[in-house]
Amino acid sequence: MHHLDVRGLTADYAGKPVLKGVSFTVTRGAIVSLIGPSGSGKSTILRTLTGLLRPSGGEIWLDERQLDYRKTADVAYARQRIAIVFQQYNLFQNMTALRNVTVTPEKVRKRDKREVEAEAVALLQKVGLGDKLKAYPDELSGGQQQRVAIARALALKPEILLLDEVTSALDPELVHEVLDTVRLLAAEGMTMITVSHEMGFVRELASNVMFLEAGRVIESGPPQQIFEAAREARTRQFIGKTLYR
Amino acid sequence: MHALIEQWPRFFSGPNILFLATALAHTVLLSLASCSLGLLFGFLIASTRLTRSWTLLPLRLLLTGLTESLRRIPPLVVLFLVFFGFSLIAVDIEPFWIALFALTLIATAFIAEIVRSGFRSIPREQWDAAATMNFSLVQTLAHVVVPQAWKIIVPTVSLFFVMFIKDTALASQIGVLELTFVGKSFIDRGFSPLLSFGTVLALYFILSFPLARTGQWLEARLASS
Repeated sequence: MHHLDVRGLTADYAGKPVLKGVSFTVTRGAIVSLIGPSGSGKSTILRTLTGLLRPSGGEIWLDERQLDYRKTADVAYARQRIAIVFQQYNLFQNMTALRNVTVTPEKVRKRDKREVEAEAVALLQKVGLGDKLKAYPDELSGGQQQRVAIARALALKPEILLLDEVTSALDPELVHEVLDTVRLLAAEGMTMITVSHEMGFVRELASNVMFLEAGRVIESGPPQQIFEAAREARTRQFIGKTLYR
Repeated sequence: MHALIEQWPRFFSGPNILFLATALAHTVLLSLASCSLGLLFGFLIASTRLTRSWTLLPLRLLLTGLTESLRRIPPLVVLFLVFFGFSLIAVDIEPFWIALFALTLIATAFIAEIVRSGFRSIPREQWDAAATMNFSLVQTLAHVVVPQAWKIIVPTVSLFFVMFIKDTALASQIGVLELTFVGKSFIDRGFSPLLSFGTVLALYFILSFPLARTGQWLEARLASS
């Protein structure tokens, strides 16, 4: 059974079509990696799944339930189960690391404050920031902020975690600390959809790779196929450029 | 100059000081009340304008139209519109309340815009993060946007407030006993214009200078935190 089933998804941005019929499925525990040139629609897929951009057509099924993103209740349902980590971290600047993690479970989901806080501390320790609980975002490095953002997403207990170019804004020497955190989640069997330019990372962790261009899926398959025996010439060209640049 | 020295003791007689004190109180009350109400309503308007639902569209259009036009009509015209509006429906209200109503309208329009630009100064990413975690609009404002936008809103509103104290002088036009009105009435009673409006000027200054300094202090304090 597929956990997430996307069929013929289309979306427009500023009057232009950015997704032109994208279909894919995600099974439980899978890590689906979206790759492709910038503007190919990778991030748009993640934004559509979280309801930040309304689809113009197609179907999105989550656990055998079809979601209508025009309906507030369905968007809320999706956001209850799908969490996203952004390229620019998007931490709340007015809150400490700990507060960033606790605010949603406590204020939006109305859970018990003490229980939420204990969980948040554990999560921040897990991402290696047990000593930064009281730090504000502007006191943290990019890598640390991104790990807080991951902890914040995990505190929502998502069924699917979306990672939108989570290392793209980082200094090269900080990339590994975020990737290590993602490896940890992969080892725990977290279902993830990632958009990434870290090809080595994609190859190592992805269970399925989707190559997109101009709003369409050009090719998808296991990493070995995409990276070593791509069927489409365009895929080979892209892989070649990213591996030997 | 001669008249000034000669009139001095008579000018600062007991009844005149009481007169001035009443006027000062009215000026303070008018500016304070209209700005406080303006802050409350301005906040509500700016927040309403953030909603996206179709059902609230007429309300949003109405509020946008109101704030946009009120900021473009000269305050004196707004005052007269309200004044004659009230007399048209034949209600007998004290000029003070009419002035308060008109000034509140004006303050609301300007403060709504200050609050709105404060909200807009918060990067899109902060709103997105809140939205994807199912924050309602009220929750987004309460926990994320207002705590950050506050630093921009408070100094600008306090600056507006200091300037707005001067606008309350308009109320004299419809006969509200406030500082400017009193200045004019002293002249009518034969006092030197220099003495009359010199006193009024001094009182306006005493009123707004500490406020302006408080505003600067607030701005510095909020910027550093």
